[in-house]
Amino acid sequence: MTSHNASSHGNFFAGDGKRTSVFRLLRNHLLTGLCISLSLLTLVPLFSIVVLVVGNGLPLISMGLFLELPPPPGGEGGGFGNAIAGTLVMVGISLVISVPIGILAAVYVNEYAPASRLSSSVRFVAKLLTGIPSIICGVFAFAAVVMTTHKFSALAGGIALSILILPTILLTAEQALLGVPSSFREASFGVGATSFQTIWRIVLPEAMPSIMTGVMLAVSRAAGETAPVLFTALFSQNWIRSVLEPTASLSVLIYNFASLPYAYHINLAWSASLVLVTLVTVTNVLTQLVFAPKHR
Amino acid sequence: MNPSEDHAQSPSPALALTDDFAPGESNFIKVRDFRFFYGKKEALHGINLEIPSRKVTSFIGPSGCGKSTLLRNFNRMNELIPGVRHEGDITIHGTSIYDPSVEIIALRRRIGMVFQKSNPFPMSIYENIVYPLRIAGQNTRSVLDETVERCLRSAALWDEVKDRLHDSALGLSGGQMQRLCIARAVASRPEILLMDEPCSALDPIATAKVEELILELKKDFTIIIVTHNMQQANRVSELTAFFYLGNLVEFDNTRKIFTNPSKKQTEEYITGRFG
Repeated sequence: MTSHNASSHGNFFAGDGKRTSVFRLLRNHLLTGLCISLSLLTLVPLFSIVVLVVGNGLPLISMGLFLELPPPPGGEGGGFGNAIAGTLVMVGISLVISVPIGILAAVYVNEYAPASRLSSSVRFVAKLLTGIPSIICGVFAFAAVVMTTHKFSALAGGIALSILILPTILLTAEQALLGVPSSFREASFGVGATSFQTIWRIVLPEAMPSIMTGVMLAVSRAAGETAPVLFTALFSQNWIRSVLEPTASLSVLIYNFASLPYAYHINLAWSASLVLVTLVTVTNVLTQLVFAPKHR
Repeated sequence: MNPSEDHAQSPSPALALTDDFAPGESNFIKVRDFRFFYGKKEALHGINLEIPSRKVTSFIGPSGCGKSTLLRNFNRMNELIPGVRHEGDITIHGTSIYDPSVEIIALRRRIGMVFQKSNPFPMSIYENIVYPLRIAGQNTRSVLDETVERCLRSAALWDEVKDRLHDSALGLSGGQMQRLCIARAVASRPEILLMDEPCSALDPIATAKVEELILELKKDFTIIIVTHNMQQANRVSELTAFFYLGNLVEFDNTRKIFTNPSKKQTEEYITGRFG
C-alpha cells in the first residue's frame, strides 16, 4: 500500500521507480478472498446435513422408536428397534473379526519384522484395500458367505463390514505403534523383558488410545455403510433372533424407507439418520474418554 | 585433525592396568579383538579392554568414536538394530556373553542400563521400579514393596517420592526421572551398571546428584559410564578409556589420563584441541 505514495517521491523503497502493478495487488486480494470463501464453502454441506437431519429427524424421536418394530407399508406408529439392534450386532461381528486381526497384524508389521518382505506386502495390500469400493466387499461376502450358506444373514453382513474396516484398523494401529517412543522399548528390553512382555505391557497400552481412535473410525464407517449389508444381511421386519437370518440395519432401513411413497416411513428414515449420527458420535466420545491416557 | 594412521590400522594392544589394582580385579569384563559392524560400516576396529569390578570406568571420546556402541554391546542391546554383526568376544566372569548357553534375557537382568534420555514408563513410580520383577514373574506384594524402598533409597530418591509412589512417574522432574531410571536399573540386582551419557539432558544440580549417586553405587556395582563431559569422567571414575574413530586409544587410571596421558591424541582431546 505504502509503495504507491513512496514511489512517486523517489523514496528509498521505490526501487526502480515503478509502482507495484495494480494487477499484482488485485490478484493477491482476489486469491486471498477466493481461498477464504472456498474454505467457508466446505462448511456449508456439513452444516446443511446436520441442520437437515436434526430438523427432520427430531419430531418423531420417542422411546417407542427404539423399542418397536417398523410399521407395514402404509401403516403408521412403531419404530426401528430391530434396525438398531441389527446394526449393533453386525458392527459387533465385524469388530470381533477385524480388531484382533488388524491389531496383531500391525504388531507383527511394526514390532517384529518392520523391514521384512511379508511386512511390506501386508502394508501394501492394506493400503490398496482402503481404496476398495464398499460394494465390492458386499459382493465378496455375498459370494463367499451368502452363496455357501444359502441365506442372507447378519453374519454375512458382519463379514462384509469386517473386510471393509480391516485395512483402516491395521493402518491406524501401525501408526499408533510407530508413535510409541523407542525409548520405552529400549527401557523394557534393557531390564530383560521379552518381546512379548515389551509389546503387551508397555507398547500396546501406550498405543491404545490411538489404536482406539482408529477402531472408532472403523465403527463409524461400518455403522453407516449400506452397500456391504444391502445384499448380505438384506432386511427384516422383525427382531433379530439369530445371526444366520436376514437382519435389518439402520442404513438399509434408511435406504428402503426413504424411497417409499409413505410420509410416515420417510420420516422414520429421517429419524433413523439422526439416530445413526448420534450413535456414532456418542460411541466416539465415550471411547475417547475411556481410553484417554492415564499417566500424562 | 586427521585420525592417526597407525591407530586405524593396528588394533590397540590389550592395555595392562597400572599401580593400585590387584590382578584379580582387572579381568572382570574382558573385551577381546572386538569388531562391530552396522551393516557394512565398521564401527569398532578390534577393541581389547579389561574392566575391573566395583570400579567406575568411563568411556570418553568425540561423537561417533564407538564408545556408546561398545557400551551397548555389553548387554547386547545393539542386537535390536537390524543388520549388525560382531567379531571377537566379550567375556564377563570368564563366560562369553555370546555363548549359546547365555540367555539374552538373563544377561540383561544381570546388567542394568541407564539411557541418555530418561525413559520412565508411563506408569506409577512404584510400577516403574517393580517392572523388572513383574516380568520375571515376581508378584508377591511384600517383595515388591521391599524392592521399591531398597531401589529408591539406593537411587537417593526415597525421601522425595515416598508419599507419592503411586503417582505417575511422568510428573517427576528431569533429574528425578533419571534417578528413577537408575532405581529401576538396579531392581533386578544386577552386578554391572551401564550408563550411556546419563547426565547429558540434566541441569548442573541434577547432574551433581547423579554423580554423587554414582560414587555411592560403585560400592555394589561395576559401573561403566559413557560421557561427553570430561570433568565428569574426572570426577566420578577411577579408570578412563579414550576412544577415537572406532579405536581404543588409551586406557588407564583416570588421574593419569587427565594429568599425564601417554598418547598425543588423548592429550589433544582432553585439552580441548579437537573433538
